Amino acid sequence: MERSFEQYFRQNRLPHLWCPGCGNGIATKAIVQAIESKGLERDKTVIVSGIGCSSRASGYMDFDTLHTAHGRAIPFATGIKLANPELNVIVITGDGDCTAIGGNHFIHGCRRNVDLTVVLFNNNIYGMTGGQASPMTPTGKKATTAPYGAVDPVFDACRLAEAAGATYVARSTAYHVQHLTSMIADGLDNKGFSFIEAMVQCPTAYGRKNKMSDPVQLMMWMRDNAVMKAAWDKLPEDKKQGDRFPIGLLYQEAGVDYATAYDHVIDLAGGAAK
Amino acid sequence: MSKARLMQGNEACAEGALAAGVRFFGGYPITPSTEIAEGMAKMLPKVGGKFVQMEDEIASMGVVLGASLAGKKALTASSGPGISLKQELIGYAAAAEIPVVIVNVQRVGPSTGQPTAPSQGDVMQARWGTHGDHPMIALSPWSVREAFDTAVMAVNYSERFRTPVILLMDEIVGHLREKVELPEADEIEIYPRRQPGCTPAEGYRPYAPAEDLVPNIADFGNGYHIHVTGLIHDETGFPVGSPKVTREAIDRLHTKIEIARDEITHVEEYCMEDAEYAVVAFGGTARTAYEAVLAARQKGIKVGMVRLITIWPFADQAISDLAARVKGILVTELNYGQIVNEVERAAAGQCPVELCAKYDMTIFEPEEILEAVESLVAGGNK
Ligand SMILES: Cc1ncc(C[n+]2csc(CCOP(=O)(O)OP(=O)(O)O)c2C)c(N)n1
Repeated sequence: MERSFEQYFRQNRLPHLWCPGCGNGIATKAIVQAIESKGLERDKTVIVSGIGCSSRASGYMDFDTLHTAHGRAIPFATGIKLANPELNVIVITGDGDCTAIGGNHFIHGCRRNVDLTVVLFNNNIYGMTGGQASPMTPTGKKATTAPYGAVDPVFDACRLAEAAGATYVARSTAYHVQHLTSMIADGLDNKGFSFIEAMVQCPTAYGRKNKMSDPVQLMMWMRDNAVMKAAWDKLPEDKKQGDRFPIGLLYQEAGVDYATAYDHVIDLAGGAAK
Repeated sequence: MSKARLMQGNEACAEGALAAGVRFFGGYPITPSTEIAEGMAKMLPKVGGKFVQMEDEIASMGVVLGASLAGKKALTASSGPGISLKQELIGYAAAAEIPVVIVNVQRVGPSTGQPTAPSQGDVMQARWGTHGDHPMIALSPWSVREAFDTAVMAVNYSERFRTPVILLMDEIVGHLREKVELPEADEIEIYPRRQPGCTPAEGYRPYAPAEDLVPNIADFGNGYHIHVTGLIHDETGFPVGSPKVTREAIDRLHTKIEIARDEITHVEEYCMEDAEYAVVAFGGTARTAYEAVLAARQKGIKVGMVRLITIWPFADQAISDLAARVKGILVTELNYGQIVNEVERAAAGQCPVELCAKYDMTIFEPEEILEAVESLVAGGNK
């Protein structure tokens, strides 16, 4: 019974293509366990992803699944949700997929408060293309396109989501797997745009370039630097510096989701019965 | 009581799409296509449909593809710069076989070009704008009524072949106002969304072709648990890194359209019974070309017109037959010369093919085309 999550995977599509030690499997399992814990109807749940290592997760999951184009998962997911609001629509995206090429779609998805649950697998790097810098590669960290260390300041995707209008924003890590699962599950409960940043280790593309090629090392880093939100809020500013980051529910707000808001438009136009 | 209404081409296009069953529109404003979005924003909620204005044209393409996968017939509309942005996901629609109609009300390019001026400069973009080998269906109306009819046709073809269809309008027709009488709902034939022929338990494979080589892909939410991807995939829908599957997949995408080519390649002939020369024209330009043909007839020149309604797939057979029976062909188009190359290819040297091109913001005057006809005739009689 404790391996009941296996029913949510397309066993015939496994093994997956992720490297040994990759955190994507942990995050994917957290998603299906969140789905299971909320009892979502599988036939009415659609998984949408972009392009990247993380976005390959959709192919392994036994639902209606849509592997879109790089950065475009949120627009596709928006179309699915608006066309058939009874579907639960979950988006899996990468840090490059979501905040670089898909950045504009991401902020507008948040702004519209479309009822989607977006899980960003943040490995701090472009994994699929072999380790180029992403907007979430920490400044100074190395990547194949940042051989002397990344010059760019980083996006904090959670703060971005909050500012753009998401109504549920949380962060967790592949180390804190139970916590991650519950953050996703709570996101599924929110009727609106839910954003969960799942920090995942990438020993191959990120770790190796940054003297952390052992996945365990990367997970210890998550363990040692993640601070629960309640504790984080009590930290003096100087203790919030460096590698430390908050995890947990970061922001939540009541709001009307887009499909519900549009129902009002249909009412006004007199098309409700059609 | 006459049901005639004064209507603009863009409005008629929106009405046609709606009549064909479109219930979802995603778009981004751009001249000279905006009236289509505005029309849909007003009309869709009245029939329980949805309109969404997206952040750009890439997102507009994505949102309509998502809606289509969830079972709604979907439309988007744009012009030059926006159509360029849509190309990425037009290719996705071709590869993943998602029904969708993209209206391009052409304006002068390249780039921002002349935003309010008419052009037919996107003929080749319509065919080849997205990367890789892919089929394409593109239709081009010449009147307000035909904007309605080709919109219906475009939606039907997109559903029947599960492929993106481009409605290649131009600013002339888009902003033209004419008195039209639209058909009643029961006069319009609608191609319904294709449905799976068997259940998952019976071994359903979403990308297995039906007899007409088009797959019956289940809409999301019906328990089929299908996988849709832009990667080359086999009949299961899952990506495969095999040369054989790749070749077969690309072959089938082309063949499903190719075997229906005669049926979907619409051309119309005018004054062609005794014609020794022909003008080939399409879209708004054909209106002027027709005027010129009538004027030439007055002067005793035996010229007719062949009008391409279907731009892609190209009317190879019709043009080849035409070239065999006339002494010369004049191609008129509002661009630097695009469809003329197709006409030359199809004519294959059977008769001279000349180009009458214009790309200066203004539409043709009948006299300009008449002059070109006269020069074609003079050349032929040399
Ligand atoms: C339009 C486009 N540009 C570039 C690429 C190449 N590409 C594929 S995946 C990827 C980056 C993926 O990084 P991320 O989103 O962080 O996901 P990860 O692979 O790390 O999970 C890039 C640049 C592409 N597929 N499409």
